[in-house]
Amino acid sequence: MATNGNGYLAGSNLEKVLRAGHFAVTGELGPPQSADPEVIRKKAALLRGYCDAVNITDNQTAIVRMSSIGAGAIVVQEGLEPVIQMTCRDRNRLAIQSDLLGAYALGMRNLLCLTGDHQTFGNHPNAKNVFDMDSIQLVQTVTAMRDLKVFQCGDAFKGPEPRFFVGAAAAPFADPLEFRPYRLAKKVKAGANFIQTQLIYDIEAFQAFMEKVRKLGVHEQTFILAGVGPLKGPAMAKYMKDNVPGILIPDELIERMNRVGAPWAGKSKDELTKEDKKARSEAWQAEGIQITIELIQQLRQIEGVAGVHIMAIEWEEAVKPIVEGAGLYPRPVVTAPVPQPV
Amino acid sequence: MIVAEQKTLEEIKSLVGSAKNVLVMGCGTCVTVCFAGGSREAAILSSSLRMTSKLDGAPKNVTDVTVQRQCEWEYLDAVAEQVKEADVVLSLGCGIGVQAIAEHFPNTWVVPGLNTKFLGLPLEQGIWAERCAACGDCILGLTGGICPIARCSKSLLNGPCGGSEDGHCEISPETPCAWQLIYDRLSSLGKLEVLMDLQPPKNWRTSRDGGPRKIVREDLRLTIEED
Repeated sequence: MATNGNGYLAGSNLEKVLRAGHFAVTGELGPPQSADPEVIRKKAALLRGYCDAVNITDNQTAIVRMSSIGAGAIVVQEGLEPVIQMTCRDRNRLAIQSDLLGAYALGMRNLLCLTGDHQTFGNHPNAKNVFDMDSIQLVQTVTAMRDLKVFQCGDAFKGPEPRFFVGAAAAPFADPLEFRPYRLAKKVKAGANFIQTQLIYDIEAFQAFMEKVRKLGVHEQTFILAGVGPLKGPAMAKYMKDNVPGILIPDELIERMNRVGAPWAGKSKDELTKEDKKARSEAWQAEGIQITIELIQQLRQIEGVAGVHIMAIEWEEAVKPIVEGAGLYPRPVVTAPVPQPV
Repeated sequence: MIVAEQKTLEEIKSLVGSAKNVLVMGCGTCVTVCFAGGSREAAILSSSLRMTSKLDGAPKNVTDVTVQRQCEWEYLDAVAEQVKEADVVLSLGCGIGVQAIAEHFPNTWVVPGLNTKFLGLPLEQGIWAERCAACGDCILGLTGGICPIARCSKSLLNGPCGGSEDGHCEISPETPCAWQLIYDRLSSLGKLEVLMDLQPPKNWRTSRDGGPRKIVREDLRLTIEED
């Protein structure tokens, strides 16, 4: 595989950490539904030092937000490394490639290739979608941009090529379940250097998935980061379990959330004082963070898991206690330019 | 076949506007089979328009006629006289029928009475579903005879995405996941290995994205006589 001369594909911090064999930590930063750069700066300050890189979501759940690349440029200024998320929903192959040239020129080095949530979920359900390519074709395209130095059409660049550390997502528990390890293998075959999974709460089910992944040898060809996210309360857990495709939450975890809320249980909204609600919310949050720490410790024991991707959207404050609690702080600084082969 | 649905009477009334002589033209092919614009629907709509115009205090002269196919000149020729007498032709054909009338009768005002929905089939009495997107480069041979372009909400060629659950698409529990269908079918046929190939980005030029499409078959064309 072609490299950029120093042995790295892209030379991003995330790539260095992973290739040095460290257990990686990535986070997530959701841009605002406004043009306010301060929101990004505040969130970046909460994540800096606790993640090796942070994903900047791309109009997540099909709701218009500041662009991933725009927000990513601010994140770079703030001394944090972004993982640019790029969906196939909003851009055709011209727009995707052109935006990625810009992202690279602005200093971005990691890219997560996604299909994208359908626009019917979001705040512009009347929009025309694009889906000119799918996520696997996007991985292939950006890999060829880096390694073959060509655009999707085959034309060569007129100057330096964009060199991204290329990622893709995996949904281990979406249907058809039996096909999921193979679809992951397809993404890796297309060129995915790292994988971030959907939220994992069911360790046993994930172990079964990883066993199949290992049988395919996929874990040796890519870095798999398991997705985790702190639950904010039993209602959120129940909602995700029932409504979000591909998320399994064992009843035991919902029960744990219920248990810490027990002192306030059985009371109606009006009976609870403001202080009660605050105390209950804090109890839930503490338990949510504790569960996440335990999940990370369990995930770390699974062969082929190279790191975790912490999704604490609109709750970036949770990342610090999670990373510290999981014994993953401080984050490694990799300076040696001698990575293991990919 | 082409599947269509009638517009609301309100919209049809506003499209017809103040025209006095209205010709409702049904079509005897696809839209007859899907109960949207055949002779029966044309007759019912005509009487609805007559009644409603009477109630509105401006009675219209509404007649109806149904041709075998609005999309062929020869069938339109047969009703040329009626078309000429009308102030407006309300076509109950698909979008092709409406345009054929407009193209064939340059001096006639024509409006659509249907919304053309999709290329599909009746699953059972009263239910139709989309099957083909007319992309111009059929890939059904790669997918076990189930089209992801028309039936996957994201037209994925390397599906399914992470939104597939219990056999349905993330957009609605009523929408089957095309890739689950493809997976099940290839699995039952013992051909799952087909799914391990990476499908490259599609050439959308053969689809609408390449501009309006046209087919010229020299082998079928009639010899053009020299002047």
